Amino acid sequence: MTETTSSGPATAEVWITGIGLATSLGEGLDAHWDALNQRRINVDEKGFAPYVVHPLAPVNFDTQIPKKGDQRQMEAWQRIGTYAAGLALESAGIKGDKEILARMDMIVAAGGGERDLAVDSNILNSEAKGNSAPGFLNERLMNDLRPTLFLAQLSNLLAGNIAIVHGVTGSSRTFMGEEAAGVDAARIALARIAAGQSDIALIGGSQNGERKDLLVLYEFGDFNLTGKFVPVWARGEKSGFALGSGGAFLVIESRAHAEARGAKPYARLTNVVADMTRRKQPGEIAATLERLWPKVGKLGNDCAIITGATGAEPATSEERTFLSKHPDFAVRASGTTFGHTMETQFPLGLALAALSIERGALFPPNDPAGVEVEMSRPPTQIVVIGTGHWRGEGMALVEAIK
Amino acid sequence: MTATRDKFGRPIVVVTGMGVVTSLGSGKADNWKKLTAGESGIRTITRFPTDGLKTTMAGTVDFIPVEPFSSTDLSERLGEVVAEEAIAQAGIGTRGDFPGPLFLAVAPVEVEWPQRQELGRAIGTSSEVDYDAMLRVSGGGRFAQYHRRFLFGSVADHLAEKFGTKGSPISLSTACASGASAIQLGVEAIRRGEADATLCVATDGSVNPEALVRFSLLSALSTHNDPPQAAVRPFSKNRDGFVMAEGAGALVLESYEAATARGAQILGILAGCGELADSFHRTRSSPDGKPIIGCVRNALSDAGIVSDQIDYINAHGTGTPENDKMEYLGISTVFGERATQIPVSSNKSMVGHTLSAAGAVEAVFSLLTLEHQRIPPTINYDIPDPAIPFDVVPNKARDARVTAVMSNSFGFGGQNASLVLTREPV
Repeated sequence: MTETTSSGPATAEVWITGIGLATSLGEGLDAHWDALNQRRINVDEKGFAPYVVHPLAPVNFDTQIPKKGDQRQMEAWQRIGTYAAGLALESAGIKGDKEILARMDMIVAAGGGERDLAVDSNILNSEAKGNSAPGFLNERLMNDLRPTLFLAQLSNLLAGNIAIVHGVTGSSRTFMGEEAAGVDAARIALARIAAGQSDIALIGGSQNGERKDLLVLYEFGDFNLTGKFVPVWARGEKSGFALGSGGAFLVIESRAHAEARGAKPYARLTNVVADMTRRKQPGEIAATLERLWPKVGKLGNDCAIITGATGAEPATSEERTFLSKHPDFAVRASGTTFGHTMETQFPLGLALAALSIERGALFPPNDPAGVEVEMSRPPTQIVVIGTGHWRGEGMALVEAIK
Repeated sequence: MTATRDKFGRPIVVVTGMGVVTSLGSGKADNWKKLTAGESGIRTITRFPTDGLKTTMAGTVDFIPVEPFSSTDLSERLGEVVAEEAIAQAGIGTRGDFPGPLFLAVAPVEVEWPQRQELGRAIGTSSEVDYDAMLRVSGGGRFAQYHRRFLFGSVADHLAEKFGTKGSPISLSTACASGASAIQLGVEAIRRGEADATLCVATDGSVNPEALVRFSLLSALSTHNDPPQAAVRPFSKNRDGFVMAEGAGALVLESYEAATARGAQILGILAGCGELADSFHRTRSSPDGKPIIGCVRNALSDAGIVSDQIDYINAHGTGTPENDKMEYLGISTVFGERATQIPVSSNKSMVGHTLSAAGAVEAVFSLLTLEHQRIPPTINYDIPDPAIPFDVVPNKARDARVTAVMSNSFGFGGQNASLVLTREPV
C-alpha cells in the first residue's frame, strides 16, 4: 500500500504547545519526568492476576472536572481522558479561554464500551441456571442497565465530555481503531493545520486498562501479559502486553497562532506518516516501517526513537529487526513503563518526545535486554513509532525549535 | 476551460459514485423508487424476541443475511454492498484497487450478547459465571476470531483490504453525525491535495437487543409500535421519538480535475461542510440553538454561498420532540422568513434513523434529489406541529427545481455536521 502522508502543498509550521499526562506514573509533566528519570514503573501483578496491568496513579479528578455530576456521568476511561485534556489545555495556557476554545478543533482517539460487569454476570448466571425464556435478556437489560451507562460506553462521548467540561467546541471528531486511531488523530490534525484548514487542535486519548471486559477482548487473541512483569524488550517467548491506564493529550497549533498569543512551544510536530500493511507474510511489518522511515523526515545525529512497541508478536520482533538496522538511534519503549494504553500509546509517545526535547535530555533506558542505550547529547529530533499489536503502522517526527 | 478550483482556490470536490442500502432495499434505484413513493421500511422486529421491550419495531435490513448474526458483521456486509455499488458507478481504479484512502463511519464495535453467552456456555454450570471465569475460558485460540472481529478497527480493516484503498483507513464516530463526518474528512483530504479520490462509507447494523434497550432507557425511541410504518413522525405534533434503523451509504469523491481528466460522470458537487460542537449536555442541544446555527452557517460559508441559494433542506428530522424543535430553531434563525417556504423533508420518516450511516445515506438521497429534481416527502405527517411551520413536503413527493441542498446531521455528545451539495460548481 501507499502510505498516507500529511505533507500537502501548504506547509504551516505546527508547534506542540500543551501536554497533559495522567498515567500510572502520576499526573503532570514534572511528576512524569522525575519518575522516568528514576526508572519507576507502577505495575500491578495481583489485582487482575494472572494478568498484569499498570494502574492509574491516584489523581484528584475534582481539579479538572469540578462538577461531581459530570464525573458521575462518565466511566473511568472518560474521566481519565477529560482530566488529561484539562491538563493539556492548562499547559498550553488556554484553559478557560473561551474565545480560543470555541474555535479549537478536537480529534480524540477512543475505544469505549466499558461494561457493567455485575449486570453481565447476573444475566449469564441466570441463563446458566436455565432462565432462557424469550425476552429474558430484554427484561434484565431493561431493568438492570443504568440509563446513563450508554453514554459512558459511546466512543465519541470522551470528546463530548471534554466539550462539556472544558468548552472545546470548534469541532469534535472521534477516531476508533486501536493504536492506529492515535496515529491518525495526530496525522489528520497536523495535516489540517499545515494546510490552513485549522489553527489549533486538541488531540489525544485515554484508556482504563483496569477492566476485565477489555482483558477478555485481548485474551481472545492471547495478547495479555501474565504472571510476572517483564520489560517489553525482554518478553521473548512470553509475548504480550500489560494493559495500562492513562490519558495523554496535546495542544498543537500553527506557529503563527502560537506566536500571536505568545505561547511557548515544547517542540515542533513536523510530520506524521501512517500505513496499514496486511501482515500476511513474515517481514511485512518491518518492511513497512522501513518504508515509512525515510518519509518521516530528514534525520540528523541527535535523533532518538520513542516507540509504543506493545510486546505482542510478531509485531514487536519485526519492529526490533527494523530498529537493529538503525543502530545509531537511542530507543525507548513507552510500553515498559506505562504498559499498553492502546489508542493512547501514540499520543503518549508524542508527549514524551516533546517533553524530552523541552527538557533537553532523553530519559534513561529501562531495559535489561540492551535494546535501549544511554543518550548523552540532548535530542533535537525524536521519531515516535506506533506499531499496532494487530494492525497499523505509524511514525511521527518531533523536533526542537531552534 | 472550466475552473477546477472553487472561489477559495481549493480543488472542487465532486461525487462520481454512490451506493445505498436501507430498510427500503438495496441500491439507488430501489431506494429512490420507494422513497419517492412514500413507502416506509419500518417493520416489526423478527430478528430476536421483543418480549418486554417498549419498542418492537425498527428499520432492519433482513434481506442481506449475515450468519451468524452480529451487528458488526452486518455493518461490514452493508458497507461492502454500498462501496461496491459506488465504485462500480464511478468506474474508478481496478477491482480491489481503489486509488485513495477510506474514511469509514461505523458504530463503536463491541463484543455482543451471543458471544458473551457463548463464553457463558464454555464455562458451564460447574462454577459461577463472572468475568474471572470468562477470562479463564477466553484464551488458547478457541475464540481468536472474536479478537479479530471485535477490534474497533476491524470493519475498516476488512473494507480496506477488499477494496484496496490506500494508506491507513480511518474509522470514526461522531454519533449520529458520523456519516457526514466521513464525507467531510474525504472532502478535506482532496482539498489538501493529499488524494485525488476518497472512498467515504458509513454503515450501521445496530439493531440488537442491548442497542435497542440503551436508546429506550434514554427515552429516545418511538413506541408507536402498531402499525410500525406510521411510527416515525418527524415535525408532527404527535411525534414521540426516533426509530432505530440499519443501512449504509457510500460516496466516491474526486477532485473535479481528476474526475474530468478520466472522463468520469459527475453526479454532484460536495460544495461545503460545516461542524460545530455543543457543550451544553450529553444528549440535549443547547436551548439557544447556537451550536446548530453555527454549524449550518459554517457549512454555508465553507461552500461560499448564502442561505438564499439553498433550495431544499434534507433535515436530520429524527422525530424526537427535542431534535425537531431544535432543528426548526436553527434553520429559522439562519434562513429567516424563508424557513417556512423552503422545502424541508425527513428521509427518516421512511427509512428510520440509520444512526452512524445516516449522514451518508441522506447525502446519497440529497444527490438523487438533485439528479431527479424531485423531493422525497416526509410521511406520517397528519397532525402538523404549529411550533414547527416548515414546508415538510407532506406525505407526497414533489417535483421542484433544486440546485443546492443542505443536509443536516446532529448527534449525542454535541455532534453537529452539515453538508452542502450542488448540481454544478458554485
